[in-house]
Amino acid sequence: MSQIDTHHDQDEIAHFGFWLYIMSDCLLFAALFATFVVLHDPAYAVHGIKEFIDLKFVFAETMFLLASSFTFGMAILSSYHHHTKKVMFWMIVTMVLGGCFVAMELYEFAHLIHEGNGPAVSGAMSSFFALVGTHGLHVSCGLIWMLVMLVQLAVFGVNSDVQRRLGYLSVFWTFLDIVWIFVFSVVYLMGAL
Amino acid sequence: MKQVTTQSHSDLAQIAVLRYNTRENIGSEQKEFAVNNRCRHLAYGVVGAACSAFLTGCKLAILNPKGQVAIEEKNLLIDAILLMLLVVVPVIIMTFWFAWRYRSSNKKAVYQPSFRHSNTIEFFCWGIPIIIIAILAKMTWTSSHRLDPYRQLEVGGKPMVIQAISLNWKWLFIYPEQNIATVNTLTIPANRQILFKITSDAPMNALEIPQLAGQVYAMGGMQTKLHVIANHPGTYRGLSTSFSGDGFAGMHFKIHAVSEQQYQQWIKTVKGSKKVLSQSVYDELAKDSENEPVHYYSQVKPTLYHDTIMKFMLPKSKADFGKRPLETKR
Amino acid sequence: MSWHWLFGNLTIKELAFLHNPIIAPAFGMMILAAVTVPLVLTYKRKWTWLWTQWITTVDHKKIGVMYLILAFIMLVRGFSDALLMRSQQAIASGNMGYLPPHHYNEIFTAHGVIMIFFMAMPLMFGLWNLVVPIQIGARDVAFPYLNSLSFWLTVIGAMLVNISLGIGEFAATGWLAYPPLSGIVYSPGVGVDYYIWALQISGIGTLLAGINFIATIVKMRCPGMTFFRLPIFVWTVLSASILIVMVFPVLTVTLGLLFLDRFFDMHFFTMGMGGNAMMYINLIWIWGHPEVYILILPAFGVFSEVVATFCKKRLFGYNMMVWATLSICFMSFIVWLHHFFTMGSGANVNAFFGIATMIIAIPTGVKVFNWLFTMYRGKIHFYTPMIYAVAFISTFAVGGMTGVLMSVPAVDFQLHNSLFLVAHFHNVIVGGVIFGYFAGFIYWFPKIFGFKLNERLGKISCTCWVVGFYVAFMPLYILGLMGMTRRMSHYPADTGWQPFLIVAAIGSLLVAAGIFFQFVQIVYSVINRHKPEHACESDPWDGRTLEWSIPSPAPFYNFAVTPTVSDIDEFWEAKQRIKAGEKIVKPVYRAIHMPKNTGIGFVIALMSGAIGFGMIWEIYWLVILGVVGVLAAWILRSFDTDVDYYVQPAEIRKIESQALPEGKV
Repeated sequence: MSQIDTHHDQDEIAHFGFWLYIMSDCLLFAALFATFVVLHDPAYAVHGIKEFIDLKFVFAETMFLLASSFTFGMAILSSYHHHTKKVMFWMIVTMVLGGCFVAMELYEFAHLIHEGNGPAVSGAMSSFFALVGTHGLHVSCGLIWMLVMLVQLAVFGVNSDVQRRLGYLSVFWTFLDIVWIFVFSVVYLMGAL
Repeated sequence: MKQVTTQSHSDLAQIAVLRYNTRENIGSEQKEFAVNNRCRHLAYGVVGAACSAFLTGCKLAILNPKGQVAIEEKNLLIDAILLMLLVVVPVIIMTFWFAWRYRSSNKKAVYQPSFRHSNTIEFFCWGIPIIIIAILAKMTWTSSHRLDPYRQLEVGGKPMVIQAISLNWKWLFIYPEQNIATVNTLTIPANRQILFKITSDAPMNALEIPQLAGQVYAMGGMQTKLHVIANHPGTYRGLSTSFSGDGFAGMHFKIHAVSEQQYQQWIKTVKGSKKVLSQSVYDELAKDSENEPVHYYSQVKPTLYHDTIMKFMLPKSKADFGKRPLETKR
Repeated sequence: MSWHWLFGNLTIKELAFLHNPIIAPAFGMMILAAVTVPLVLTYKRKWTWLWTQWITTVDHKKIGVMYLILAFIMLVRGFSDALLMRSQQAIASGNMGYLPPHHYNEIFTAHGVIMIFFMAMPLMFGLWNLVVPIQIGARDVAFPYLNSLSFWLTVIGAMLVNISLGIGEFAATGWLAYPPLSGIVYSPGVGVDYYIWALQISGIGTLLAGINFIATIVKMRCPGMTFFRLPIFVWTVLSASILIVMVFPVLTVTLGLLFLDRFFDMHFFTMGMGGNAMMYINLIWIWGHPEVYILILPAFGVFSEVVATFCKKRLFGYNMMVWATLSICFMSFIVWLHHFFTMGSGANVNAFFGIATMIIAIPTGVKVFNWLFTMYRGKIHFYTPMIYAVAFISTFAVGGMTGVLMSVPAVDFQLHNSLFLVAHFHNVIVGGVIFGYFAGFIYWFPKIFGFKLNERLGKISCTCWVVGFYVAFMPLYILGLMGMTRRMSHYPADTGWQPFLIVAAIGSLLVAAGIFFQFVQIVYSVINRHKPEHACESDPWDGRTLEWSIPSPAPFYNFAVTPTVSDIDEFWEAKQRIKAGEKIVKPVYRAIHMPKNTGIGFVIALMSGAIGFGMIWEIYWLVILGVVGVLAAWILRSFDTDVDYYVQPAEIRKIESQALPEGKV
């Protein structure tokens, strides 16, 4: 008896839905950017943001994140060929690079708090921590997601569900890259100049 | 691959058509509508009568302005309503007229189910509102500039400054030029322009004197302005219109507009008060209290208002003198 | 030994119902209901039925029913707040009344929050869920599991608000909780925390629902249903969903920042230290204004369906209706400042936003004219939904007029935050949103349940609501012009306000009667559902759109065969063709792909409730449990491969033949 196989259709619909989520996340960051732009005047901070920006440090963070996007791309390519082990390898590399990004960011936050420039000091610092911190939180969630995908790869191999989810994760990860470009430009570059 | 098949709903459609035609009982339904319609008309009649009874006896402050700003605001209100009634009244009439005329029991009415589009009607549906809104927009543009609370008035001479600080839950008014202060009362000379400089040492409030002018928010660490003038001597009501907590309902005061002579008399009275508004007295006053009685202060610390705004500008660990308070615009 | 690690800040003292004479009976009734329902379920051995048929369902129709049940329960809760407020204000002329100010402040805050977030939104989502898939010829929404999750998250938000009545307190800041009043300095209690978590949790549910319905409408229309053949209700749902996806993240950020201010002593909105309360006001209204358009657009859509059906005429000016809807949707993003003209932004800015607000009135007016000209030369049948439609058009015209009036900044300087404003927004929300969704509820009830609601009781309830609304709110317009501001728990006797407030209180009693008759209508109709006056088959109203082509109640798979569409009002056109003698072709059944039930949505919502309650009371083990629970449930679901099944043609044939007793299949 013929059956309607709507899996193909369902994949397309799910992909569309995920893009809608990404758009909503975009607006979430837009609101945080707006808050930062309004509140970031360093007149009320103990030190201005300018004084603690280390562009070399931030450049290194950016490189880690961009590199992780590249390695994730390699993982996706491997998934097209259903090479489970290769996909897992590239995923682990991506997680390490992403983990380095998060670690550097945590270090920066800890350093700021230690110096008396924590988020409770002024509206400027609050908005800095909220914007950069929310991005870091998204990246951390992405890392947890990658861990789950590793387990799914081990259990299911590269089946259609896993491929679909890797697709979402790659959209998510690239989106975080793009947001980071804006964070980098608006917060750090504009702050330092 | 999508399944494109015949319309399975056709079965049900046919049955629905047959059943519906036999089931229509128009009579009782129309009776119900008629009863309903009459009930509604009765209700509107009662409400309307009640309204007119009350309106003759009540004090519509906003429609009974005594200050130049409020007069212009009232005129704008009336003009705008009349303009919009040009559309709203016909709409309401058409609603009831069409509902009555085209009820299904009315055999005299034309039934034209194919009437689903008309360029002429669309033209007027869009056109008339566009014209009315365009007129309103012009009125809005000019009045927003003319009645901007920050704009100095053309009447009443050089503005006399009164500083208003909203506290929990009372109003403190400082007369910097006369070096006096009051709580929960104001006396001003009639026909003299007043510039209120407003801030808050409490959650957001708003200063309004409905019969004289509109309202402006009072916000901590910021200054807003309101230009006011009383055209006639009299006693008017002022209040806070932005909810600020448990004692909010008590944040009203009387404002007395008096002749120049009476005003000078009043200043002498206030100067005779033994109370002085020093910083420590102010700090005590700023603590939470409700339904605060009227206070007069014969002397005020000169920088009190300025310091009240500035204290929000200073970070905890470093004083930063010389900064201007944050204006809410410009 | 300190119990702080176990209970956080929750102490016996915080159990308000133990020492507050007004809260005690209210909370007591809530506890009574919470205990009675499980007792009845146990006695009737219905727990399995409840779990398998309702809690774990992913069927959009059942989820819709549950949304409606939530809405009606919260209507009673929110309206009792209204009765308290009206009676207090009617009495408190020159005295304090019977409600202390702090309690009164909590009541009006809860009234606003409940009515908007937990009554109007669920009522709306209920209708979306019931109707949208069957109007576009689909079997379900795009993401059935997320649909279930959205519903349960909303329930948890509502439960947090209800719990706050007796355990702790609710916010006493007004429904939008402006700082600095809502900051930790001026609201040190847990009230604002309950507010934040209830809205954050249900807000996520709403955002997911918005995504769900955009995907459904864009991707799951049946063959032939192009965008310009969609029923107008579906267009309005699409517009509202776009608004949801774009602005609910702003609400999430805003409440999140307020939380950071309160919990971590940050300075987004504080007085001083670089905080700026004006930023909160801007952000919250960037969300808040589109929110009210989210509520009203689908109500407009309901009226488009109701008026066309009961006037036996296609909706006048279909294309223009679509463009008007989309322009209202777009323009709702550029008017938010009209909520705070008095904040001192300057004449240019004020004038721009005022004019932008007025411009929205133009497409809204076009819609009103289109409804009127649908009635023109139609054959109108005055069932209850149509009476609501007539009441709506005249009431909304008045409400819209007062809105445009206040969008003139210089006029708003007088009327802002007065009872004139309160009358205006109730005018458009009750006259527009509520009348619309009630009409929709009665109109689509037969499709879901298989019988009609009692007409006479419906008309009585409608009359009480309409008359009650006018009696309750017209005095408020007058009071606003008299200079009375909103949110006052008491006032001096020399203001002369009392007579009007007494009339308003009488009006609220009339509305209460309307609500009472709604419940009577439902109960009476259920008990007497087999009587001929309530009986209906698939098409009780001689409908025009696809949903009326399937049996009533609708089978769980909606359409046995996916329909093909060639015109607007396809079902109506098909009926005319059959009357003209077109032959019916026998349908061929194929296996239908359906999603399986799941309890994961319910579990995630419960765990979110644990996070919320734990954060409010600083019970950290509960928070950790909740976070772990949410993650675990979410991840477990992703490993579940048994999420769907196929309905075989034989079963479809059986169900269809039962629905069409004399029809041949």
